[in-house]
Amino acid sequence: MSLSKIKFDKKIVLSFWIILIALIIAAPTLLPVFRLNLLGRYLSLSIVALGVDLIWGYTGLLSLGQGIFFALGGYCAAMYLQITSSSEFPNNIPEFFALYGVEKLPFFWEPFRSPVFTFLAIWVIPALVAGLIGFLVFRNRIKGVYFSILTQASLLVFFNFFNGQQKLINGTNGLKTDVTQLFGQMVGSESMQRIFFWITAILVIAAWFFAKWVVKGRFGNILIGIRDDEPRVRFTGYNPVIFKTIIFSIAGGLAGISGALYTVQSGIVSPQFMTVPFSIEMVIWVAVGGRGTLLGAILGAVFINYAKSLVSEALPASWMFIQGGLFILVVTALPEGVLGWIQGDGPRNLLQRFGLKRKIETYPSLEVNNKEGDNE
Amino acid sequence: MSNKDLLNLIDITVSFEGFLALNKLNLNLKKGELRAVIGPNGAGKTTFLDVITGKVKPTKGEVIFKGKSLVGRKEHKIARLGVGRKFQSPRIFENLTVKENLEISVTTPKSPLNLINKNIKDEQLTEIDRLMKIVNLAQKVDSKAGSLSHGQKQWLEIAMLVGQKPDLMLVDEPVAGLTDEETDLTADLLKSLSGENTVVVIDHDMEFIRRLDSNVSVLNQGTVLCEGTMETIQKDKKVIDVYLGRPED
Repeated sequence: MSLSKIKFDKKIVLSFWIILIALIIAAPTLLPVFRLNLLGRYLSLSIVALGVDLIWGYTGLLSLGQGIFFALGGYCAAMYLQITSSSEFPNNIPEFFALYGVEKLPFFWEPFRSPVFTFLAIWVIPALVAGLIGFLVFRNRIKGVYFSILTQASLLVFFNFFNGQQKLINGTNGLKTDVTQLFGQMVGSESMQRIFFWITAILVIAAWFFAKWVVKGRFGNILIGIRDDEPRVRFTGYNPVIFKTIIFSIAGGLAGISGALYTVQSGIVSPQFMTVPFSIEMVIWVAVGGRGTLLGAILGAVFINYAKSLVSEALPASWMFIQGGLFILVVTALPEGVLGWIQGDGPRNLLQRFGLKRKIETYPSLEVNNKEGDNE
Repeated sequence: MSNKDLLNLIDITVSFEGFLALNKLNLNLKKGELRAVIGPNGAGKTTFLDVITGKVKPTKGEVIFKGKSLVGRKEHKIARLGVGRKFQSPRIFENLTVKENLEISVTTPKSPLNLINKNIKDEQLTEIDRLMKIVNLAQKVDSKAGSLSHGQKQWLEIAMLVGQKPDLMLVDEPVAGLTDEETDLTADLLKSLSGENTVVVIDHDMEFIRRLDSNVSVLNQGTVLCEGTMETIQKDKKVIDVYLGRPED
């Protein structure tokens, strides 16, 4: 019984991969530019969702502040693009500085002239910030709902800070990237957007494999142990603070990459990335897709966002109700999320309820009725 | 206090907002000893374990383990020094398999880098096999620990405790909810562990304690009422008063 089930799952996984890769290859020719760009954005959001799944689904840390790290990654990318495209503006610095009478580039912009530094900064800076916040919080044994509130409070601190700094990073207006140049091409151009789509698709798969590698084996088991019974982990001789800091930092790094990819495809980074609802949405994607499944996080992020844009086009005001309803449905009926429900015995139970599938026979009846042994 | 002592508790007082959970408790354990600790509800048995394992910091007093003070050390540091603990209700990782549970306990060093980089060592795998045989869980290797019966969970936790290779094992009510047969087997297992390890067993079950055939410390109102063999204890007037109640105080 269990053997055939595993084979079945393998087939699903294999066909899933074939379809997925075919879709990624075909997407630029199949989809109009506008849709392709949306898909690319939603795929980049799935990377931040993977991070949420690592910290929430596996380790039990419900962070409502992933927007911080997402935005930091976005700002890193945007600063590089702005500064390398500023040669025709006064003082050779990005255009917006002139609005506020700034003539000299603020010092922290300087390193972003280097592409190497930028590529590192996109994930290292968010990871470091996350590690620092995480370490301080975890060391003081703040957990559960207090941890969630603290992350949300940090999010608001960052939001207000970024919002108010016109002279440093253009404040509430954010930094535009679509009219900047990269390798002599306009970032917002069709050909660049196609390349960003490919890069995003590859990075989503890479991030997925990375996350799988992190949670496989004993390291992942300790994360699950921390989620289920942290004191027990401690009394076994492990220091949960270090494990939690590492995984929170990894999630921060993933959020940074995600934010950078999202920024270049949406054309702007602004403090709007650090609003409270956006960070909560990230949690909803994972909850709907399936906590602790990794794949569920990716699917949740892509499908919910695609549904959001489709619904918003048809019935502009209704999306918030649908999203809220979806979340209530998941919390009450599918606590494991859609993928968790499918991987469990969900579909079988549902069919059974409608009388479409036989119940699993219990072992006494197997012995009596099943002399053929065809149950293997 | 002598050199052979593994653990000394000296005048331990724990006060929870004025309530004395432990009151000048003194207790010494020799290396390789098996010691039973009994006492009525609220006598401070679990607090006594909390103090040794670092969960509760004593208001006053010293805990000396292998010549080092444990007071103020973090739980995981104390565990690494060689103090292992089994909890009252079985606390295993229900979403992990039996094998994964044991892997967590036998793994050394317990650093993130070691866990993510390297595969488990061969001798640790051998140790896991040995432990699973001892506690009769060899057929359940890949079952989720949450699917085990209550008795099997208790035993898995004992196996995890042994796998940690602690010098001092603190075992809190290991036979709660076990059948008579399982209780006897557990008593034999704990007896066989002493000698090499030092074992402290806390329990209510008198038959089980008798079967351990060890020295017994009776705790009452946060302090050690008396110590001795089971026979001495049962004849002790103070113990009888505590357990049976004084006639009209």
